[in-house]
Amino acid sequence: MSSKILEIENLTFNYDSVNVLENINLSLNEKDFLAIIGPNGGGKSTLLKLILGILQIKNGKITINGQSPSQQLFHIGYVPQNTNINTSFPIKVIEIVLMGHINEKKPLFGYGKDEIACAMGALAQVGMQEFANAKIGSLSGGQRQRVMIARALCNNPSLLLLDEPTASIDVDGQKQIYELLKELNRYMTIVVVSHDISVTLNYANKVAYINKFLTLHNNISRFSTTPQNGHFCEVELMQMLRGKNV
Amino acid sequence: MFEIFTVDFMQNAFISGIIVSLISGIIGSLIVVNRMVFLAGGIAHTSYGGIGFAVFFGLPIFLGASLFAVLASVLMAFLALKYKERVDTFIGLIWATGMAIGVILIDLTPGYNVDLMSYLFGSILAVETTDIYAMLSVLAIILVIVIFGYRNILAVSYDSEYAHIRGLSVGLLYTLILVASSIGIVMTMKVVGLILVIAMLTIPVFIAEKISNSLAGMMIISGLISTFFTIIGLMVSYSYNLTTGATIILVSVVGMILFLLFNQILQINNKK
Repeated sequence: MSSKILEIENLTFNYDSVNVLENINLSLNEKDFLAIIGPNGGGKSTLLKLILGILQIKNGKITINGQSPSQQLFHIGYVPQNTNINTSFPIKVIEIVLMGHINEKKPLFGYGKDEIACAMGALAQVGMQEFANAKIGSLSGGQRQRVMIARALCNNPSLLLLDEPTASIDVDGQKQIYELLKELNRYMTIVVVSHDISVTLNYANKVAYINKFLTLHNNISRFSTTPQNGHFCEVELMQMLRGKNV
Repeated sequence: MFEIFTVDFMQNAFISGIIVSLISGIIGSLIVVNRMVFLAGGIAHTSYGGIGFAVFFGLPIFLGASLFAVLASVLMAFLALKYKERVDTFIGLIWATGMAIGVILIDLTPGYNVDLMSYLFGSILAVETTDIYAMLSVLAIILVIVIFGYRNILAVSYDSEYAHIRGLSVGLLYTLILVASSIGIVMTMKVVGLILVIAMLTIPVFIAEKISNSLAGMMIISGLISTFFTIIGLMVSYSYNLTTGATIILVSVVGMILFLLFNQILQINNKK
């Protein structure tokens, strides 16, 4: 029996007394692949920030591996939006991946051999080891996103969260990233916030539609798309998720 | 030609110029990558209040300027973290208040006839041995902070949200960067003055950014470029009897234009 990785119970969150999320309940097991979809301002990113501990929970409860997000910081991998990556910053790929090891308890100066080996391993996992000493700004959007995934993998997380991982990336790059996520999903739980519903549907086993409230669909295999039926599956699923909890 | 190196005050000028160039290379890199140029300008101008304070109460100028610069940097760090959207308004307010305090306190100082030009455009030729010791101490403090805090400073500078998620005290590190910058800014002001300090902190960094692929490399390269510009500027100002701070900045600007032209020609040739 697979164990619970993420549990959200009766979560309500507001900004300036306006509820952004209301009574959210969600449970993810090992090796689940959840796609979170919904309109802009619907609360997708807020939910991600609450899971990451960036925002403080006011009402409700979030547990990761049975503990609070702050206690599980190093078991969560996080990949920010591609569009938020600073490409003009003078930084090497390996330095970005090594950030995955950073915390206040580690020595301040330099990096240990084990940390460098681990970072190189993570780069190899995403097929970017040959770019270790390249400047981040010299890479394509898809390559940069792979570097961010490698950074998130540095701590061998049990939960990987990705915020719009394929935004502004070409179709081939999107496919490569989702294939990589599919591979990673063999041993970790993945949560993707995405607008690319048709692509996401081929990889996720659960879909959540968030617009203040969360509607979860647990079995979406019949919505798997092909170039021929993709649009119809999308429309059908969206209608269902916007309707009622199933 | 080489008599310039035998004159006492020029020897001090060269030594202090090199130390301050290294300081500005490190601090300038941090300011640029953290997009704090406006904040740095605010700190520099607020420190003028400290100059007035020191003059009024008969304290060492460096002490007064540093005190105001550090206080301003802590206040600005707090406001930048708490009110991100309105931070430019607050910086403008602190900037103007500092300057006003400086002017009023100098007005109120009985019988004081201050040479404002030396603070506005620098006074590297008037550097004394004690100033050099102070500059060396500041360089040592900044080096310790940057070397031992490098990985955390890099993480916060590159991606503060991720650094926060990884459990770093982003606010504390941000404040540390600003405080270190503020002391470095006061030192740099000694060479080029309040008005030109931002140019010295950003021009060498602008060039270094194009040719380095790491923050550490950027700090070293901009420190060396800054040293080169300062030495050339000192020699030109001595030879033609020009204001040293302004000459250093003009040499830097010419250097930057030449670099951009060279870069452009290189890119055109590569395309062919």
